[in-house]
Amino acid sequence: MVDPVLSSPPEPLADADRVGPGEIRTEEMLINMGPQHPSTHGVLRLMLRTDGELVLECTPHIGYLHRCAEKLGENLTPVQFIPITDRLDYLAAMNNNHAYSLAIEKLVGMEVPERARYLRVIMCELNRIASHLVSFGSYGLDMGAFTPFLYGFREREYILDLFEQACGARLTYSYLSIGGVTQDIPDGWVERCTRFLDYFEPKIDEYNDLLSFNQIFVKRTAGVGVISAADAIAYGLTGPCLRGSGVKWDLRKCVPYEIYDRFEFDIPVGLAGGSDGIPREVVVGDSWNRYFVRMQEMKQSVRIIRQCLEQLPAGPVRAKVPRVLKLPAGEVYVETEGARGQIGFLVVGDGQAVPRRVKIRGPSFCNLSIAPLVCRQVLVADIAAIIGSIDVVMGEVDR
Amino acid sequence: MTRFTAEDALRSRWSPDAKPRAVRAFLAIAVLLAILTALLWVLATRLTGVPYLLSTLATATALLLALCCLGAAVAIQFSHLVGRILLRMAFPIFIVSLVGIILLAWAPSLLYQRVDALRAQSDNPGTPFLAAAEIEAHLTGAPATGRGWAALSAYVLWPLQFRLTRDVLAALGVLGFVSIVGAFGIWWERKVAGRMQSRLGPMRVGGWHGWAQSMADGLKLIQKEDVFLAGADRVLYRLAVYVSWPPAVVLFVALPFSAAWVGRDLDVGLLFVFAMLAVGVLGVLLAGWASNNKWSTLGAMREACQMISYEIPLGFCLLIPVMSAGTLRLTTIGQLQAGGFHTWLAFQNPFLLAAAILFFTATLAECKRAPFDLPEAESELVAGYLTEYSGFRWALFFFAEYAEMFAVAALGVILFFGAWHSPLPAHWGEPWRQGPLWQRALHGVLFGGPLWFVFKGFCLFYVQLWLRWTLPRIRLDQVMHACVQVMLPLAMIALLGNAVWELLVSPGGRLAWIVNVILTAIGLLTLLTTVGIIAYGYLNRRRLVGELAVDHLPGA
Repeated sequence: MVDPVLSSPPEPLADADRVGPGEIRTEEMLINMGPQHPSTHGVLRLMLRTDGELVLECTPHIGYLHRCAEKLGENLTPVQFIPITDRLDYLAAMNNNHAYSLAIEKLVGMEVPERARYLRVIMCELNRIASHLVSFGSYGLDMGAFTPFLYGFREREYILDLFEQACGARLTYSYLSIGGVTQDIPDGWVERCTRFLDYFEPKIDEYNDLLSFNQIFVKRTAGVGVISAADAIAYGLTGPCLRGSGVKWDLRKCVPYEIYDRFEFDIPVGLAGGSDGIPREVVVGDSWNRYFVRMQEMKQSVRIIRQCLEQLPAGPVRAKVPRVLKLPAGEVYVETEGARGQIGFLVVGDGQAVPRRVKIRGPSFCNLSIAPLVCRQVLVADIAAIIGSIDVVMGEVDR
Repeated sequence: MTRFTAEDALRSRWSPDAKPRAVRAFLAIAVLLAILTALLWVLATRLTGVPYLLSTLATATALLLALCCLGAAVAIQFSHLVGRILLRMAFPIFIVSLVGIILLAWAPSLLYQRVDALRAQSDNPGTPFLAAAEIEAHLTGAPATGRGWAALSAYVLWPLQFRLTRDVLAALGVLGFVSIVGAFGIWWERKVAGRMQSRLGPMRVGGWHGWAQSMADGLKLIQKEDVFLAGADRVLYRLAVYVSWPPAVVLFVALPFSAAWVGRDLDVGLLFVFAMLAVGVLGVLLAGWASNNKWSTLGAMREACQMISYEIPLGFCLLIPVMSAGTLRLTTIGQLQAGGFHTWLAFQNPFLLAAAILFFTATLAECKRAPFDLPEAESELVAGYLTEYSGFRWALFFFAEYAEMFAVAALGVILFFGAWHSPLPAHWGEPWRQGPLWQRALHGVLFGGPLWFVFKGFCLFYVQLWLRWTLPRIRLDQVMHACVQVMLPLAMIALLGNAVWELLVSPGGRLAWIVNVILTAIGLLTLLTTVGIIAYGYLNRRRLVGELAVDHLPGA
């Protein structure tokens, strides 16, 4: 595909030839933001066409982290492929494991034990919190506030400790697997998890005071990168990016999968400024709302985990999975609500142990597609605000 | 856990017989030098015709070298002990050296007084300078012989009559002080940042809380390759450092640390300091342009935009205390505020207090500190104008930044917060001024002097650090909006108000007194609240961080 930005050299502004007396002839500038840039969260490369600090056009270039994940899926058995799903959205690996396991289980028609289903929800929600904490911290860093970054990572450490106690890994868990979870949680894990939730819940309000309602932060993010609900839907945005635009759509509530219909929780959406202590400058669909939806989602996740821990039944944690799992002929598509949006797996089986086709719908990929639309006529500093609020993980964009 | 100590490092690098060989070598050199000293001494005393000063200097040098070699031999012989003492006692040694440097800086001023007194009692006051022989004659009260301690003292005092010598000494002192401020400031910033983020910050280098971290970093940076980007303007790229760093150091020459402690007491001292602060910006512009990097250029352009928007309100804020003090001479402005907390300029009228706050905000922009750190905004412009700099050039930019930070904090202290005077009411100390030596010394420490000045400067410095690690960054258009549309009108109103105040309100009148009392109360309240919050935070630090964090991070 011919790149519209690269194919045309930077053109002088239309009336550059007619420079009047006392005026300075100016030119547009092409700037390469990334793939090594502190605020592009990995290896995203943005070509910016700028007039000084004003960004006229922004074109994302992706593919620097492409690892043939889908092709690998066609050559590995489902159990072997689980570790590959860890490496898609590596900040929310549990959620990826979950989606793929659900797809395979649906294809095979496998029943998952009750305890495993609860554990899966607990792990997914904990991982959602961990992922949102990174998002919160790095968004603060994008806005120039260093300290929230360390706080976000500090709280995430405790979640990683819990994961480590459950499965031994701190980043790529492969814990939720076909038929349930790989092993039961150790003794005392539930108490430790409760202790963490008790500690963590009040911290969210503290971080709202520190960053979310900080006047400078609000000035930087409110009204920046506004995505209308219609645009958000048209571009296939999901997760906090969609909800930040005021669309009340969450698969856990709208199309309940696993056991999410058993729990009480709310779907936070983008809010208009001026009410309920929301700063005046805020408009629905701006960067502040996308960020703030994540902060509120952490509270909802805490609510879900508390209910899970109360109801957690005893019993086996994994269904009997045959040594060689033959996938029946057929095609399934399962979408779940990951930390960044709807992560979907299309799996086509043809009676072999390996799927004929695996197609992944990465929420970051779809969310990023709106960047050229909103990164127009904004300042360079706003690019960090917009990309940070979309919260992409390049492992999932490039796959 | 076993710790890798300095001893391990020494052990691993030295071959087994290296130590005795080094000791033997140093001892041999020491003995040779001692023999040389004795020979020189004999020659100097027995032979006539050899200039006295030359022979004495040679003898003293030889003796000093011999002692150094002896010391080195002892230190190497007992290296395990010396290393341990250095590590354990690092911080006391650091403090003692700091005090020693301050005392060393005191010595020239005492000597200046001595030589000035000698010049005053000279027979013919018309001569601009005294000859060495004349000084000696004055010292002993007898005709000059050219020999003995009096002659040596005369040789030491003689050059101190000249302005040039004094300026060179002052420049050396300033350079030393700025280096300490830079090294200490960077270490302190990292510790403050660490503590605010429930980390520890540097802990290893130097033994005591990583106090030598900045020096280790400096050593590392000196060794790094001097990288030029292809296409960079080599001349301007190099020049940028030399435009940015010297002004930050030179302005300290005009900055009075106390009434007598000033390199050059300029009668336009304030203007000079302000000008030097502004020159530093040119270095940033050059660096950004010469790097041939678009991010650097953007950083430089931001700095240019920022400068034209904050320098004007900053200038207005400086005019306000100048208007009240009636002078640009920094020592005079400082002297005006003697007497205690209530006599500080910031508490004289509301406009001065407003000017103090505006001044502090503008200086944050001046020093490119958060929330105005746009020229080097790391999340937007990679590192802004510093992106392509590395090694020692980068270190010099960094040093300049910290020197400027302290300089503007010190300027704020001189203009608004009582300069080198202590907040204690001066009349408390009156009886001590005539007391015995220890009382006079205590009076000097408690009621004024450079230590207070440095302390207050570092307090404002700390507020800069505090803000940096708390606040997000403002966007460029918001900076300009804040500076031009908010701070500039406010500064103008304060200037106008102060003018009206100076015209209408009599200094000793009732209104002035009431306002002074109210503002002093507000100032005291702010100070006490801040101290209270800090104390509360310190005492409850574990509770504030949270139980889990304490389990996780034992040092937090």
